[in-house]
Amino acid sequence: MIDTSWLKISKPGLYVPPAYAHIDPVRAVDTAIITHGHADHARAGHGHVIATPETLAIMSARYGANFAAQQTALPYNQQLMLGDVNVKLIPAGHVLGSAQIVLEYANTKIIAAGDYKRRSDPTCRPFQVEHCDVFITEATFGLPVFAHPEPETQIKKLLEVQHLFPERSIIIGAYSLGKAQRLIALLREAGYDETIFIHGAMKKLCELYISFGIELGSLQTTPIGKIDNQQISLAGKFILAPPSAMGTKWAQRLSDPLVVSASGWMQVRQRAKQGGVELPLVISDHADWNDILRTIKEVNASEIWVTHGREDALIHACSQMGLSAKALSLIGYEDESE
Amino acid sequence: MRVFANLLQSLLYAPQRLVKQAYLVEFIRNTPDPDRGYALSALTGELPIQGVKAGLIRQIAYERCDSVLFDLSYDFVGDLAETVALIWPQNDNLYAEISVSEIITKLKTVSRIDARIVLKQWLDQMPEAQRWALLKLLTGGLRVGVSARMVRLALAQAYQTDVNDIEQIWPLIEPPYAELFNWLEGSADKPDAAGRAVFRPMMLAHPLLEPEIERLDFTSFQAEWKWDGARIQLVSGTDGVRLFSRSGDDISSTFPEIAKPLSWKGVIDGELLAGTPDQLGSFQQLQLRLNRKKPSSKLMSENPVFVRVYDILIDGDSDLRDNSLEHRRALLEAQMKSGLNVAYLDLSEILAEASFANLQIWREQCRAGGLIEGVMLKHKTSSYQAGRIKGSWYKWKRAPLTADLVILYAQRGHGRRSSFFSDFTLGAWAEDSKTDNKTGTQTGTKTGTKTGTATLLPVAKAYSGFSDDELKMLDKFVREHIVQKFGPVREVEKTLVVEIAFDSVQRSKRHKSGIATRFPRFKAIRWDKPANEANSVSDLIAMIDI
Repeated sequence: MIDTSWLKISKPGLYVPPAYAHIDPVRAVDTAIITHGHADHARAGHGHVIATPETLAIMSARYGANFAAQQTALPYNQQLMLGDVNVKLIPAGHVLGSAQIVLEYANTKIIAAGDYKRRSDPTCRPFQVEHCDVFITEATFGLPVFAHPEPETQIKKLLEVQHLFPERSIIIGAYSLGKAQRLIALLREAGYDETIFIHGAMKKLCELYISFGIELGSLQTTPIGKIDNQQISLAGKFILAPPSAMGTKWAQRLSDPLVVSASGWMQVRQRAKQGGVELPLVISDHADWNDILRTIKEVNASEIWVTHGREDALIHACSQMGLSAKALSLIGYEDESE
Repeated sequence: MRVFANLLQSLLYAPQRLVKQAYLVEFIRNTPDPDRGYALSALTGELPIQGVKAGLIRQIAYERCDSVLFDLSYDFVGDLAETVALIWPQNDNLYAEISVSEIITKLKTVSRIDARIVLKQWLDQMPEAQRWALLKLLTGGLRVGVSARMVRLALAQAYQTDVNDIEQIWPLIEPPYAELFNWLEGSADKPDAAGRAVFRPMMLAHPLLEPEIERLDFTSFQAEWKWDGARIQLVSGTDGVRLFSRSGDDISSTFPEIAKPLSWKGVIDGELLAGTPDQLGSFQQLQLRLNRKKPSSKLMSENPVFVRVYDILIDGDSDLRDNSLEHRRALLEAQMKSGLNVAYLDLSEILAEASFANLQIWREQCRAGGLIEGVMLKHKTSSYQAGRIKGSWYKWKRAPLTADLVILYAQRGHGRRSSFFSDFTLGAWAEDSKTDNKTGTQTGTKTGTKTGTATLLPVAKAYSGFSDDELKMLDKFVREHIVQKFGPVREVEKTLVVEIAFDSVQRSKRHKSGIATRFPRFKAIRWDKPANEANSVSDLIAMIDI
């Protein structure tokens, strides 16, 4: 008989009373176990943070070295006793350092997968399948309309467009942590070896990836001053920028920009249209519908809990597979930042 | 289908008109007949097949995937064609190229039952982008930001010809437009409309904006009332009399008492109005007749209609469109006393000398009675040209009415707004509750009739008038204030007040509030205003014109 009474939903998020620790709390708590470095999961101000060394480095780059009074680096697949709970982090394949949190207590094994994906990604360790009693999954793309194509096909489109419009600057909207570095690495894999330009906000995180041994090739922060003085033209070049910078003056300085966006949402045409995107690329750091279902089967859990995203559909599909499933309805995780 | 699907995607994502037009020109130049004609007819909304009903497409989808998952997906995606295209199981081994003309030809001949089988087969044979294009084609309304006008501009550009020539012959040709392409490519004569009862493209008016009013030389304009009816064109040809709507749809069968034989031949332009010339009816009465394909004699006698004529395009053999308005008006007045002297036609009066001062007075008069929508100003020397011509015709609508209403329910939008809560049901306070509220005892979450003290009744549904940024804020508000779900509808806490503009208020038996607003749209979001200060139903009733 499994016992799940030791995992609770609290205002800041998932709470593990016997470990006195929260998972990805959305507000400051005493002890936090963090799955990955995206801002909505990794917030500053906790007393004690437990995460992979990569995630700690990311938090430190974002919030300064003192983002938490106490920091515990827990490398993948090492055990840590926290209170009476056995804690382990295993790769989630989402971004550099992303982890599933494996919790064992009262003869029950629960995995909080955090955000995860199953597709290949040269910038992070692939998702590790581990059996458990309860699997806590996200459902960002938890609808059967989401079937992400192989990322290589999308990179091919990007290179085609560059060939077609050599006079236009190709500005790619991508999240600064994870998506940007993955796109750069995918371009490199496809044989593109010219300098790639990045928005200033991405510089730190790209350097951090490189320091962890991820090869990104030649990068340059976009020299806005030189563009204004017409000393340099970015026609025919790739420029990566966070989605928030796309509509700003920064983007308007580029010559005849062609707006590209790389995200799982791009699969829905009208969504891409809403964002004023001219070339939508379906490249996601989350599992698509089939990958979520496959993962649920592979971890062989008897209960599935769904945190955020499109819970209704996933719970329905689980019940059709004969699995017991429920929605945790956690709030505060933004699926838009994919 | 591959080329057509690529074209549709390019058009959808192209941000500027000129880029869209360039894609069209390229398509027109490089696509063989009859594929290109059929494809263009889909863009102009003239596809020569009966569309496939949304219900049928949904049924087919249900046969292929779980209905609960399909419904949830549709609710999220907000577009039936796109949902089915994305959710349809992909099988690369079945791929086959099917041309647009093959699809049209097949659907013209198959029975309804076979159409279902054929459609499933096609969906199996196509990759996702083509499935989407196919379903868009069959359900109509491509929504890729291309107007019929843009298609004709692209044709003119592709063949270096005058777009007005294309506009004029357009009503004469049918998909796949062989006559048009033969003429454009020099292998046939230009199709000729003379004497035939076909639609002639209409001249439209620009809205008159405040800065322009001051620059306007009023003495060169003729002023008329802008009547609150439906714009129509009456064509009397050797092949009969037809009545066309503004968009060129043949609505003769809807108004048989107007579209009846006339010995006079030619084309006139006017406003279809409810009632008789002496006793005008409201737009609401006209609505009872619009959209009825074949009216009963009872409906016709209870709700008569007539045409208030204001222009003449063709008189007998002479095409007057290149003549000045003054000249056309003189001929029209003469014909109204002879060839057009029938009871169901009436001449639109010219108002006194147009001037800035008069315009203000007229605009005030519009609101009284509610049968006049505003004032038309037409340049006396203007020729009759298709479309909106700068400086020729202006419309000056009466100022809209406004009210502060409370958001009650929200629903996700479609198309560009899919997945945003963008369709809102808005309420005003019922009488008894208004007084209670003023005592200040009510808080934000009052709903329904249970307490008997505070009731908001729906009076309008609005889904326009806000900016993209405001839409995002409204969407966020809805998500954070959901009280209950009813299928796709979300009931929200009754706390947000919005200022709504609308053209008029009408009595309505269908609504609990007893009223309905016409063309309600957002004017401002009043984040600052408490819900108990919103307007009451009686405030709105006081705005009813007639």
